[in-house]
Amino acid sequence: MALTHKATVMDEKGIMQALRRIAHEIIEHNKGIDDVVLVGIRSRGVPLAKRLQAHLNEIEGISIPLGILDITLYRDDLTERQDQPQVHTTDVPFALDKKHVVLVDDVLYTGRTIRAAMDALIDLGRPATIQLAVLVDRGHRELPIRADYIGKNVPTSSSERVDVKLNEIDESDQVDILEQ
Amino acid sequence: MQTLRRKDILGLEEMSAEEITLILETARSMREIMQRKIKKVPTLRGRTVLNLFYEPSTRTKASFELAQKYMSADSVSVAGTSSSLVKGETLKDTVRNVEVMGIECVIMRHPVSGSAYYLARNVEASVINAGDGMHEHPTQGLLDMFTILDKKGRLEELKVTIVGDIRHSRVARSNIWGLQKMGAEVVVSGPPTLMPPDLEAFGIKYCPCLEDAVDGADVVMALRLQKERQEGGLFPTLREYAEIYGLTSQSIAKAKDDLLIMHPGPINRGVEISSELADSNRSVVLEQVTGGVAIRMALLYLLMGGVKEE
Repeated sequence: MALTHKATVMDEKGIMQALRRIAHEIIEHNKGIDDVVLVGIRSRGVPLAKRLQAHLNEIEGISIPLGILDITLYRDDLTERQDQPQVHTTDVPFALDKKHVVLVDDVLYTGRTIRAAMDALIDLGRPATIQLAVLVDRGHRELPIRADYIGKNVPTSSSERVDVKLNEIDESDQVDILEQ
Repeated sequence: MQTLRRKDILGLEEMSAEEITLILETARSMREIMQRKIKKVPTLRGRTVLNLFYEPSTRTKASFELAQKYMSADSVSVAGTSSSLVKGETLKDTVRNVEVMGIECVIMRHPVSGSAYYLARNVEASVINAGDGMHEHPTQGLLDMFTILDKKGRLEELKVTIVGDIRHSRVARSNIWGLQKMGAEVVVSGPPTLMPPDLEAFGIKYCPCLEDAVDGADVVMALRLQKERQEGGLFPTLREYAEIYGLTSQSIAKAKDDLLIMHPGPINRGVEISSELADSNRSVVLEQVTGGVAIRMALLYLLMGGVKEE
């Protein structure tokens, strides 16, 4: 089914401003970032987490640890999907115990990815808190999950698609809504 | 490629370089799980695996069982009776049992070459060959390639020398097929009586003199010598074998400085490899064991993790 462009909801500047604001909110919420660590969810959560790390470094002058989480092995739809997702490596090279973990992803939708990510995190250690930062919250939750830091709330219908492009992966910075 | 479009893993002869690459890449991700404090992912919860071993095995069986536990699969292990060779009618009966028990994947080791194919053809469950007679031992071949790739960063254009009883070795066969597909050069060495009659069919070079066979080698793999071959008159004494084909610092002098020494285990120290070499930092025997669990986790995921195509 071909998708057509409906609207551009964020551009390069919008993404930058949103991330910068989230960085400030993370500092405010945690009263500093001494025990804060970032964990990006593959694939687009990873560059977003790296950008947040850079913003936090710019504001506070410290580079906090950053990990990469692959949630494939924790998915709840492995027996339903025809296309088997490829497993990539999880790389969280620091202890999560007693840390405030900020999970980073591009779009919050059903909440199932975040459920899987939380299970994966808890297998790696016992964080003090798990917080969630997303660039876009598009609604339609299927689980009782919410984000702590949101770049932009974008009301969508479930037939639409939110398409996030990031320079590191897609060679442009943009969030579009596509419709059928 | 991200999906393994096959039901079974029976041998590396029938697999493509692309498929092998996918398995090796997936295994690299699985190894990270083994380094965690909690070595378990929920991926195969509620899925059932049967380990069917008609031949004694410590390492391979333990490795498969650990892989199943790390992936949260439920498993049952059945050891075949050691005295009577179980084949024909009996294997057929086993097949029927597998089906009614609702098992989704069978790991089988069997003394008869081709038995894994027989099983795979007759059950809907996935079959992983854990060694069938003198035919293949694909998971060993994969874990050996995984270890080499991890240490050398590549497989292409490496020279790998396999030493010993090639003729009766399923480990050698799987390695020869796999390594060649991945672009490595394979040379074999050992007594002529222990070479397969159809050596040319494998497309590899036979070099009867060990010193020359390892000249410029990146990897040397010693195979386990089975004592019963001596009783069959294929080589005179263990001592003479060790003298001519045992890996020692002198016999491998012409190999590259960063040579990897491998052995599928269990080692007869002082026969296939001198004790000194087995304990040296060039030996990666223990890394092979770790890699084995990661490879088997990867295969369980790739065979059972998705929906089978109808």
